[in-house]
Amino acid sequence: MNMNRRAFLKTTGAGLMASAFPLSLVKIAFGGQAPAQDFTFGYISDAHLQQIQGNEFVRNWDMGLIRAVREANLLTPRPDFFMFGGDLAQLGKKEELDHGLQIMSNLRGKVHYVIGEHDYYLDLGEYWQSKIGPLWYSFDHKGVHFVTLNSILTYDSWIHKKWPSPMDRMLAMARLDNPNGSPFMVGEEQLTWLKKDLEKVNRSTPVVLFSHSPIQKIFKPWNFWTEDAERVQALLKPFEKATVIYGHVHQIEYNQIGNITFHAVMATAWPWPYPESYSQTASCLPKLTVPMNRADPFFERDATGWQFIDVRKGKVGMHYQLPDNKNRSVVFNSKAGKPQDVNYQDYGSRIPPQTHY
Amino acid sequence: MKTTARYFKGTFRTGIIAATFAACVAFAAPVGLPPVPVPTDNLITPEKVKLGDKLFHDTRFSSTEEVSCATCHDRKKGFADSLPVSEGIKSLKGTRNAPTVINSAYLRTQFWDGREPTLESQSAQPFLNPVEMGLKDHEPILKIVRTDPEYAELFKNVFGKTGDQITMVEVQKALATFQRTLIGGNSPFDRYYFEGEKEAMSPAAIRGLDIYIGQGRCVSCHLIEQTQALFTDNRFHMIGVSANQMPQDLDELLAAVEDVKKKGTDIAVLSNPKTSSLGRYAVTRDLTDIGAFKTPTLRNIELTAPYMHDGSHKTLEEVVRFYNNGGRLNETDPLPELLSGGIRPLNLTEKQQADLVEFLKALTSPQFVQK
Repeated sequence: MNMNRRAFLKTTGAGLMASAFPLSLVKIAFGGQAPAQDFTFGYISDAHLQQIQGNEFVRNWDMGLIRAVREANLLTPRPDFFMFGGDLAQLGKKEELDHGLQIMSNLRGKVHYVIGEHDYYLDLGEYWQSKIGPLWYSFDHKGVHFVTLNSILTYDSWIHKKWPSPMDRMLAMARLDNPNGSPFMVGEEQLTWLKKDLEKVNRSTPVVLFSHSPIQKIFKPWNFWTEDAERVQALLKPFEKATVIYGHVHQIEYNQIGNITFHAVMATAWPWPYPESYSQTASCLPKLTVPMNRADPFFERDATGWQFIDVRKGKVGMHYQLPDNKNRSVVFNSKAGKPQDVNYQDYGSRIPPQTHY
Repeated sequence: MKTTARYFKGTFRTGIIAATFAACVAFAAPVGLPPVPVPTDNLITPEKVKLGDKLFHDTRFSSTEEVSCATCHDRKKGFADSLPVSEGIKSLKGTRNAPTVINSAYLRTQFWDGREPTLESQSAQPFLNPVEMGLKDHEPILKIVRTDPEYAELFKNVFGKTGDQITMVEVQKALATFQRTLIGGNSPFDRYYFEGEKEAMSPAAIRGLDIYIGQGRCVSCHLIEQTQALFTDNRFHMIGVSANQMPQDLDELLAAVEDVKKKGTDIAVLSNPKTSSLGRYAVTRDLTDIGAFKTPTLRNIELTAPYMHDGSHKTLEEVVRFYNNGGRLNETDPLPELLSGGIRPLNLTEKQQADLVEFLKALTSPQFVQK
């Protein structure tokens, strides 16, 4: 098993890069796994398309999403489906959502959507629901149970306080380090629904949960945070294999809390730095150990990207496609019991920090 | 060192410093260029240069005995060929514009897609490409250099080898050595920028330099550094040229990749425009590199029209307009979807574009101008 895992890491890491095909998934049979259980999907997130006026949108963000869609269409073998991880729009406007859906319509394959706060806080998800669908739902695929949550809700008292306009509410939620901001949460209604939804699922069935914000607490001032994260985690705890994939943070993050594996996805729009750990209570979150090379400001796609994900035996392997940077793979290591960067596990193979003068 | 160089910019004599470092190879770098990198196993000697020169111009190394290296890299045409795409034996056309050999010694990779690392390794391929020199293998070359008395003498003197001891290794080393001597600096720009000769460039070219470094953002890829200017970053970028040739979907991409695997990169990319359009991707298979080509130097650019990897731009004016529109000739053309993030509209006025062209014309080394 150990050797197989190693061979697998090697194949998916180096193999992906050197393959004749754009992204060839090399099937490795191990542990007598039925091939029907292994599959791939694509994940594009955080496009932040912003209207300037009329038909004019911020070109840079447009190009990021267009590029991701174009590249994703070149994946072989075809992914079973795609996820969009939220923040299709910048300020939740109909024009922005329409523009985003138009670009996304070029993506060949079924797309499931996660809503982000930038899509939500103008009209509280009304236009999104009319065009895209419900804000939380679940589906099954090849023996894996997938759940999508709307994790960017907050206190009703904040949402419904006397805002000068809905756009003021949108702008308040879009702002980082906003002293009058409010933490994201899943809320009672969804927690009740989730509990019911998961009750039907066999404990040995792998569960993958999609959310926009991290279902773990990283940094509150930027809402790299979900206030009731522990309550969601508690519902995932009975499962043998549980994975959470979230957007919002615009960077590669991975973590293991008990049985739950966490992965963040990249944005197509812009990168965020890794925030300092927020030490409200003692935190077991990982320190940033593998810094992404500093983005080269000339290459506006640098430090952005999208992901190609494989699901094997119910655990995900994240393959980050990073234009103008080195692609990265973060794969669950069953021996270590946590996700690991395929290339940067050891100190010796880490990207050395830059020296500044 | 860096600080000093910056402080003395304008009067700093790169040539002298370069000469100190390069003394062992007997070629001092001209103003504006660093010492020529020379591999330790292939040092430059005058006799080797002479041998390489002779090989470079010998048409007997093609199947029709009509094409030499110099056919497409003609001294009279800035060591290029003035054609959109090169023509080899029987006027067969390739898919790519002949890059100048001048200053190719400084490049970290060779060919538009960087598929070869050195001048030595590069030089073996055109002989065998069906649309270039069309030989089946290198044997005809070896036969000539082993038997022709002039070559026999030169190879003996340069490498101490005779008869079967002479292999393609020596041929390639000699060819590379000749090319390492085709160095062009000392342009009006170099004299203005590194030597402080205020009159060396016209006022329009001086304004053009400002645009080149500033609003035009040219310098981001075509580098000018503190003590030297290679006018390339040695990287690969998808700037939108021949975007309409690029594989439009997965099937076309896979077909192009299959083509590369079957025929080898050199033959595949020069025989099919669709395969050629893969650019660096044909070498790396990295999605970022689809349609990306190597940043060429801009030195002696006025001598080497037409432009771009496929020779699709006739004039420098056209090139500047292309960049000004963010990777397309006309503002109304569609934006290539995989365009490099560095390429974006520049909002230059007509006058600024004209100034920029004037600056590009100030990059010509006097010794390569035909009188």
